[in-house]
Amino acid sequence: MARLNDDNVRLAHEIISRYPRRRSATIPLLHLAQEQDGYLTDDAIRHVAELVGATSAEVLGTATFYEMFKFEPVGTYLINICGTMSCALMGAGELMRHAEQTLGIPVGGTTPDGMFTLEHAECQAACTEAPCLQVNYRHRFRVTPADLDRLVEDLRAGRLGAEIPPHGTLARVRQSIPVESAAGAVTPEQAGAPAWFPAKDPA
Amino acid sequence: MTATENAGTPPTDDAPVPDPNAVQITVNGVAHTARKGQLVIEAAADAGVYIPRFCYHERMTPVGKCRMCLVEADSGRGPAVTVSCMVPVMPDMKVETESPMAKRMQEGVLELLLANHPLDCPVCDKGGECPLQDQTMTHGPGESRFVEEKRHYEKPIPISDLVFLDRERCILCDRCTRFADEVAGDALIHFISRGNTTQVMTFPDEPFASYFSGNTVQICPVGALTAKPYRFKARPWDLEEIESTCTTCAVGCRTVVQSSRDELLRSQGVDSDPVNWGWMCDKGRFGFEAVRTERVTEPLVRTAHGLEPTGWNAALRSAVQLIEDGKLAAGPSAVAVIGGARGSNEDAFAWARLAHDVIDTPHVYAQMGDGLPVGMLAMPRATIDDTAAASTIVLLGPDLKEELPVLYLRVRDAVQKRRVRIVEFTPRESGLTSLAWKSAVYEPGGQVEAVRAALADPEIADQLAAGPVVVIAGRSNLAESSGATVQAVQTLLAGVPGATVLPAFRRGNVVGALQVGMRPRPGGLDTRGILQAAADGKIECLVLVGADPLADFPDTDLARRALAGARRIVSVDTHLSASAQHADVVLPAAAFGEKSGTTTNLEGRVTTLGRKVTAAGTSRPDWMIATAIARGLGTDLGFRSVDDVTDAIARMVDGYEGVTRDALADSADGVLSAPPATIAAIDPVEVEVPVRNSYDYRLVVTRKLYDAGVTVSNSPSLAHLAPGQRVHLHPLDVERVGVQPGADVRVSSSRSAAVMRVEADPTVLRGTAWIAFNQPGGNVGDLIDSTAIVTDVRIENL
Ligand code: SF4
Ligand code: SF4
Ligand code: FES
Ligand code: FES
Repeated sequence: MARLNDDNVRLAHEIISRYPRRRSATIPLLHLAQEQDGYLTDDAIRHVAELVGATSAEVLGTATFYEMFKFEPVGTYLINICGTMSCALMGAGELMRHAEQTLGIPVGGTTPDGMFTLEHAECQAACTEAPCLQVNYRHRFRVTPADLDRLVEDLRAGRLGAEIPPHGTLARVRQSIPVESAAGAVTPEQAGAPAWFPAKDPA
Repeated sequence: MTATENAGTPPTDDAPVPDPNAVQITVNGVAHTARKGQLVIEAAADAGVYIPRFCYHERMTPVGKCRMCLVEADSGRGPAVTVSCMVPVMPDMKVETESPMAKRMQEGVLELLLANHPLDCPVCDKGGECPLQDQTMTHGPGESRFVEEKRHYEKPIPISDLVFLDRERCILCDRCTRFADEVAGDALIHFISRGNTTQVMTFPDEPFASYFSGNTVQICPVGALTAKPYRFKARPWDLEEIESTCTTCAVGCRTVVQSSRDELLRSQGVDSDPVNWGWMCDKGRFGFEAVRTERVTEPLVRTAHGLEPTGWNAALRSAVQLIEDGKLAAGPSAVAVIGGARGSNEDAFAWARLAHDVIDTPHVYAQMGDGLPVGMLAMPRATIDDTAAASTIVLLGPDLKEELPVLYLRVRDAVQKRRVRIVEFTPRESGLTSLAWKSAVYEPGGQVEAVRAALADPEIADQLAAGPVVVIAGRSNLAESSGATVQAVQTLLAGVPGATVLPAFRRGNVVGALQVGMRPRPGGLDTRGILQAAADGKIECLVLVGADPLADFPDTDLARRALAGARRIVSVDTHLSASAQHADVVLPAAAFGEKSGTTTNLEGRVTTLGRKVTAAGTSRPDWMIATAIARGLGTDLGFRSVDDVTDAIARMVDGYEGVTRDALADSADGVLSAPPATIAAIDPVEVEVPVRNSYDYRLVVTRKLYDAGVTVSNSPSLAHLAPGQRVHLHPLDVERVGVQPGADVRVSSSRSAAVMRVEADPTVLRGTAWIAFNQPGGNVGDLIDSTAIVTDVRIENL
C-alpha cells in the first residue's frame, strides 16, 4: 500500500513518456494508484506528484475534482443508485432504502466485509431505463428491489466476475495507445511496441 | 472645408502619423484611446472608470474567476456581457459599466458571492479595508434573496506558521493560489474538491511554507487569509501609516508601515514598478516585530558589575573618551569603524564624516566580510529592470531566494513570462536552478574554471553574444574568500563585452553606506583587516555601528579574537547583540520605523524611509549619535536635522547630485544614484585554488532567509522558522562517512571541530559539504578560516 509498487512505477514512466508534458499523465497515474490500493492514499498522491513534477497540493486538487477518485477505502463493488429526476419518479428513493436494508449500511457506507459501498449518484444518462444504477460503473437498468437483491447475491457468489471486475480495475489507462499516436518525448520509432500490461485477471 | 475639397488635399508632412497601437473606444459614452491588447478593465481605469473586481490583479495572469467585472460591451455585433478582465479592447468598442444591464449583472454576482459568505465583518481583520465590503456597498443589491443555510467550516485553521485560513469567508477568487503558483513558485495551496465544497487547502502535513506567504494575506480580497502577527491586533481605521522602504535586505521593497498607539503592527507591500511590484518576503513583512522586542532602550557603560544603564551625557562622554584615548595611545589609525549597512544613508554619511574627517582613520568599512569587495560597485551597473529585460542573466552569487527574496521573484518572472535565460554558476542547487537554462554546479574555488568552460561552449557563447547580458554578482559561499568569485566575474566580463552587473550585496543599506563613504580610504583596511589588526592588539578603539562580527563575520574565531584584542569597544546598536555585549559603551540606536531618512538599494536606487513610531526608550538615530560624538571630539558636523544630512549627501557625495529632497518627493519610485568615481575598479585578481585532498570535503556555507540574526531571532513569529544547523552531504557521501542520515557527525577543519547532524541531500555536489550560516545554536563560523581561499573539512563518524 501507499506508494506505487515497482511494476506500477515502470508503467508510470511508460505512461509519462507518451505525453508532451509530464503533468499530463496525472490522471492516468492516479487511476493506476487507485487500482493498486483501491483508493488514493496520501502517499500515493505524493508519489504521483513526484513522478509528474507537481506539488502534492496540485495533485490533490486535481484528484478531488473527480467523483471517481476515492480517498477512503471502497468496497469491491461500488453501487451507485441514480437519484435524479426520471429515476426519482420511477422509484429510486424506494430502491435506495431497500438497498440500505439489504446491505445493512447507510448510503455512503461500506459493508464490514469490504464487499459493497453504496452511493447516491446523479443522472447516469439512462433516463429511459429508470430507475437505474451502476456497479463499478457498469449499468443495470429498470432495477426493482428484487433485481437488486439478486444482483447482490450474484456478486457475493462471484457469478458476475467476468462482467464486473473489482472496483479500481483500470480500463482506459491500460488501453493500448497506438504507437503512432503517442506524443511523448520519444519518437514513435523509439517508443517501440506498447508495453501495456494486460488488465489484471479479475479472478 | 467640405469633404470633397479635403479629399484632394495631399497629406502634409506634419499630419500626425496614426499610432498603430492606439485603439479608439468609448467608456460610458466618453471617447478614450486605449492601447492595442489592453484589457477592458485596464483601459476603463485609464479612462477614469473603476470596474469592480475581486480576482483580477495587475501583477498576475487574469483568470476571470469571480465575474465581478462583468460589463456590457459592444464591438459592433450588439451589446454583450463581457468579462472585462479577460477581454482586450477592440476598435470602436463601446463599454458600458453603469448601464442597467451592467448594474444588474454586478448586483447578481455580488448576491451570489454573498450567498455563502458569513458576513462576520465585526470579528474579521479585513473589515474596514475589505474589497468585498466596499464593493457590496458601491455595487451590491443591498438585499439578498437567499434564505438558505450558509456553508460552514471550522473557523480559521493554520495553513502555515504565519497564515490562517477561514474557508467560510473565501470567495474562491484564485488570487492566493495563483500567487503561490505563478509568482512565488510554491504551489503548496490549491483548490481542493469542487462545486459547493471547493476550498483552498494545503496537502495534509505539507503547510504553505513559502517565504512569500504574507503576500496572499495582503491580496486576499476578503478576510479569508489572515496573518498571525497581525490577527486581531487593530482595526484598519485605527491604523496610521507612512510609506517607507524595507531595509531587511538590499532589494529595498517599498512598503507602507502601519502602527496603532505608537506600536508597529503591520507592513504591507507597495507596488513600485522598478522594484518589488507590491510583493514582500515574509522576513521583511513580519520582521517589524523585532523593532519592539528586546531593544536596548538606554545607554550602557561597562562598570565593575558589567554593562550598567546610564544617561546619554555620560555615555557620550565615555564614547568620546574611548575614541580619544584610542587616538592618543597609537594615533588615529588605531581607531576603526565597522558597520553602517543597517541604517539610513544619513546614518552612514554622518558616521563616515565622523570617522574620516573627525577621527581621521582610514579603517572604515560597512561590509561584514561576507560580501564582495566594494570595487564591484565600480563595474557597469544594471538595474533590476535591466536585469529583467536582459536576454541572459548570469548568476554568480548567492541563492537569491534565500538572500534577496523579492529579486528572486523578479528574476523568476523574467524567466517565466519573458523567457529570459539564466546561466547559473553555483556551489549548490539554488532556488533558481530549476528555472535555469544552464546551471553549472562548481566545487568551491572552481567558479573561474566553470565560467571559462561556459564561455568556450558554443551554445552558451552564442546566447551571451546575442543580446543584453546582466551578471548578478555576489558572495555565494562564506567559507571561501571572495577572490575566486571576483576573478570569475572579471573573466566573464572580459568574455562578454557590454555585460552589466547587478551587485547582489545583501545587507539593507550596504550599497548606500559604501557609496556615501563607509569604505576605507586608501591604505585603510577592510573588515577582515580591521578584525585581524584588532586580534593582533593593534586596534585601540573599535567602533561597531550596528555591526555584530560575532554573528555576521564568517570567521567567528577571528571575530572573537578581535573583540578580545581590541582595547576599547564602542557599540551603537538597536539590540544587545553578541558583539555589543563585549562593548565598553553601548549607545542605543533607533530602529526601522523609528527614524526617517533615505536608503539605497542594490541597484543604487534611493528611496525614503518613514518614521512612524517613537524610538524605543531614549534611543536615537545613528546620524544623531555620530553628530554628538563629533561635537564631543570638537567638530560640528553641521547637522541639525535629518534633512540637513540628506542635503549634505546631495551636495557632497559624488553620484548623489540628483538625489535631492525635492527629487525624492517628486518620484514615487525613488532616484537612482551612481557609484562615486572614487570607488576604484578591482585590479585583475588571480587566485590559486589549492587541490582538495580526496578525504576532505570542500565547505559551502550559505545563508538561509531565516537565521539567528537580530531581525529573525527577535520576531516571535519568525524565530522558530530557522531550520537549524545541519551538514548536508550527497547521499553517496553520507554512505562513505558510514552513517545513517540524521546521525551526528564530527566536522573538523584546520580551525576547529563541531558536531552536528548529517542530512542526505542529492542537491549537494559530491565532495562538498553544505552548512547554513548563523543558525540558532550553530557554530559553523568556528570552522571557517577567512584567510584561506577555500575551507576543507573532514567528516567523521563519531
Ligand atoms: S483565500 Fe482569499 S485570495 Fe484565496 S481564493 Fe479565497 S478569497 Fe481568494
Ligand atoms: S526582499 Fe528584502 S527588501 Fe524586500 S521585503 Fe524581503 S527583506 Fe525586505
Ligand atoms: S435520471 Fe437516472 S439516469 Fe437520468
Ligand atoms: S475580476 Fe474579472 S472575473 Fe474576477
